[in-house]
Amino acid sequence: MERLHDEGLGLKISCKVNGRARTADDVWEGESLLSVLRDRMELPGSKNACEQGECGSCSVYLDGALVCACLVLGGQAEGREIVTVEGLLEGDVLHPVQQAFVEAGAVQCGFCTPGLIVATHDLLTRVQEPTLTEIREALAGNICRCTGYAKIIDAVHLASRRMAVAHRTAR
Amino acid sequence: MTVRPRLGSHAVVTGRVGESVTRPDAVLKVKGDFPYSSDLRVDGMLWGATVRSPHPYARIVSIDVSEALASPGVRSVLTHEDVPGRKVYGLEILDQPVLAADVVRYWGEAVALVAADHPEQARRAAHKVHVDYQVLVPLTDPEVALTPDAPRLHPGGNVTRQVKIRHGDQTARAEVVVAGEYEIGMQDQAPLGPESGLAIPDGEGGVDLYVATQWLHVDRDQLAECLALPPDKVRITLAGVGGAFGAREDLSMQAHACMLALRTGRPVKISYSRPESFVGHVHRHPGRLHYEHGATREGKLVYVKARILLDGGAYASSSTAVIANASCFALGPYECPNATIDGWVVYTNNPPCGAMRGFGSVQNCYAHEAQMDKLALALGMDPLDLRIRNALKTGSSMVTGQVIEGPVPVAELLERIRDVPLPPALATSAVDLTEMPGGVSNTTHGEGVRRGVGYAVGFKNVGYSEGFDDYSTARVRLSVVEGRPRVEVHTASAEVGQGLVTVQAQIAGTELGVSDVVVLDADTAVGSAGSSSASRQTYITGGAVKAACEAVRERVLGLAQSELGGKPGAAGVRLEHDAVVSAEGAVVILLATLLGEEVIEEAREFRPRRTFRLDPETGQANAHLQYAFAAHRAVVDVDTELGLIKVVELATAQDVGKAINPQAVEGQLEGGAAQGLGLAVMEEIQVKDGVIRNASFTDYLLPTILDMPPLRMQILELGDPHSPYGLKGVGEPPTISSGPAIVAAIRAATGRPITRVPVRPHDIVELG
Repeated sequence: MERLHDEGLGLKISCKVNGRARTADDVWEGESLLSVLRDRMELPGSKNACEQGECGSCSVYLDGALVCACLVLGGQAEGREIVTVEGLLEGDVLHPVQQAFVEAGAVQCGFCTPGLIVATHDLLTRVQEPTLTEIREALAGNICRCTGYAKIIDAVHLASRRMAVAHRTAR
Repeated sequence: MTVRPRLGSHAVVTGRVGESVTRPDAVLKVKGDFPYSSDLRVDGMLWGATVRSPHPYARIVSIDVSEALASPGVRSVLTHEDVPGRKVYGLEILDQPVLAADVVRYWGEAVALVAADHPEQARRAAHKVHVDYQVLVPLTDPEVALTPDAPRLHPGGNVTRQVKIRHGDQTARAEVVVAGEYEIGMQDQAPLGPESGLAIPDGEGGVDLYVATQWLHVDRDQLAECLALPPDKVRITLAGVGGAFGAREDLSMQAHACMLALRTGRPVKISYSRPESFVGHVHRHPGRLHYEHGATREGKLVYVKARILLDGGAYASSSTAVIANASCFALGPYECPNATIDGWVVYTNNPPCGAMRGFGSVQNCYAHEAQMDKLALALGMDPLDLRIRNALKTGSSMVTGQVIEGPVPVAELLERIRDVPLPPALATSAVDLTEMPGGVSNTTHGEGVRRGVGYAVGFKNVGYSEGFDDYSTARVRLSVVEGRPRVEVHTASAEVGQGLVTVQAQIAGTELGVSDVVVLDADTAVGSAGSSSASRQTYITGGAVKAACEAVRERVLGLAQSELGGKPGAAGVRLEHDAVVSAEGAVVILLATLLGEEVIEEAREFRPRRTFRLDPETGQANAHLQYAFAAHRAVVDVDTELGLIKVVELATAQDVGKAINPQAVEGQLEGGAAQGLGLAVMEEIQVKDGVIRNASFTDYLLPTILDMPPLRMQILELGDPHSPYGLKGVGEPPTISSGPAIVAAIRAATGRPITRVPVRPHDIVELG
């Protein structure tokens, strides 16, 4: 088991999370952004499944880029903008990606779901109507132990169709 | 007054049995707002950490906690001396220490506990608990564990259980004989949610525990003994569960958090890291299986001899039941007049093994299906024809002597997957790399790639077996809320992701004809529901909810009869559309009007048919409640030069009796197949000299979305005459035969024997 560093002095972190200015005090140098979000900002939506960057359950946006919050140090978030799964709601209404996961049966235990929602949101922001290959490539970093992924693929297609329609209508 | 952490809101569910009703927790889950056990927090809580053994086998000479106690933020450090009550626990055998006292028997065994203000302080202090070990040579080979000279790891010796099945003529001989040795690696359940929970002392000597588990009452009963408290002083509420698959049947952090909470008088949370999770729960038993099949030249089985050796690791957990399953279903779903089965499960200093989805039937399916293919080859028969010729059917006798009733569609399942059109042939030009073994690593454009097709069929029991008192309890309450009838369902059954909350609501909605159904948090304020395991909850807790609803309905209809008196239409009334309706369906009276302020509440226990213990000498008994069957066909491309594989497609057929929630059933078939694929080709806890070498998701490989092929499903609803709505348990069969079908396909593609899973590149490629 790893040897831990000696007691560190606490950091103060200021950043923007889901559109709001947030601060966290007494963050130790080794603390991950995931811990800061979950334990200090009461945003437990990003999940602590592997804490090693393998499962994608803690996927968030950091200045618009999809990252695993467990692989980002809390200190690295200083002055930056973070969007978590909690920030994807459109008011009180589910985002089309969230709605599609509910309807398609893509949620079982749901521990992987927040990460998959953020990763799918990122994919559909970049690629409006992704192919099956593109979906599989984009979500290859998100492990789900319950669903076998079939209904997750269904959900991405469903969200993609609806968002494309909404996009065309808006134009 | 105990502070209660926020739990999942009680969503209203509307839907009937047989409909794909959306699960009520899905909305919270997609928002990131579903409170899992690792998310719980209350003001003033401490964090617990566990000191674990760095040795698989050692004597504890001394434990010095003084430096840890003096560390910043530390509130308490506890050892075995602080366990208030019984020092050991266990599902079947009381052999596992709450905290190790004089000896540690596996790598990662819990030795001491720390509670501190911050999780990092707790983790750092845990490193300052100094344990002086006298290291012993670990016993890591299960074959050696059976020998008389092996060190005895427990007072009763190293054999946790031996199961003997003696069926028919023990001296039977046959014209065609095939034999084989098979080896199964150790699989991890790998639920994504880590072991975690929050214990809150009530200030009066008792404790409330919010935890992710599979069986609240068996946790409570064990905790009460270990904490020396009466059961009503240990109250457990289910927190959000991030998957289970058997990993949450045993205690992990439950007793530890309660001990720290009771000692400090503060709420204590423990949440494992992923590496700790790998030593914090039991795994699927690795196994060595030797089989001999004898058949006539026409392809009828004459006899099967099997010796099954499972490595139970350091503590018993549910090993005695797993070896019973592995033995009872050793032949697979085939008729055979004569059988000699010897199943053994032994103690070693390897990680403890216990329940995982499929529970003994997974290990043996690899062996019996490999044997059927080997026999078909020896006979010059089509492997499917051989299986169909020997398939169990209604009225067949198992090797335990139990006659199988109800639909037994083994042959039909096989015929159905055979008839599914095969996917397009292997591309030979302009290949899509993502479709190749090796993927975008660009290891092949098709050269050296061969395609194989393999079949497998498996089965197992649903519900508890061998005379275990299997039951569940449900309380159902009907009242009028804001002018509408509402049903509240209360059970202690664990929603672990499988969709049990939805199923309970569907059953209540169907039985009482009410649109608004709320399923309350599962807790120990109501009677036991048994475990969310053995594919049993929809049957057993579903049965309890149905029974309680029927009792409520009887009272409502009685009320209606007395209200309506001699009015025409009073006979044959039923409940539908939030109303009492006539036999023709016309509304007689709205439930809201009929009930007014009245509340109708009923509780019922549901017990299915009894089962009986296996005879210790012959293994004969009506030991099982229900059997569930599934078959898989796998199409696999194999790079025969590099030993890489790509599962191209899976097809399955399964009899679910009645699909209570078809979308959820599909989810079970898809997810179960993925776990089967995992064991077949990638998942293995690598244990060397008793030490886990890959306790992380970096090194323990799980199937990703790139690994899972499309699954062609055929769901049969043939109806069990004894179960509620005719349903069968659905969760485990998909995990049994999917992997063996994939291995059969690899054999077909390569011509190599492939006798071990997970299959490794060097099993496929002949080296040297």
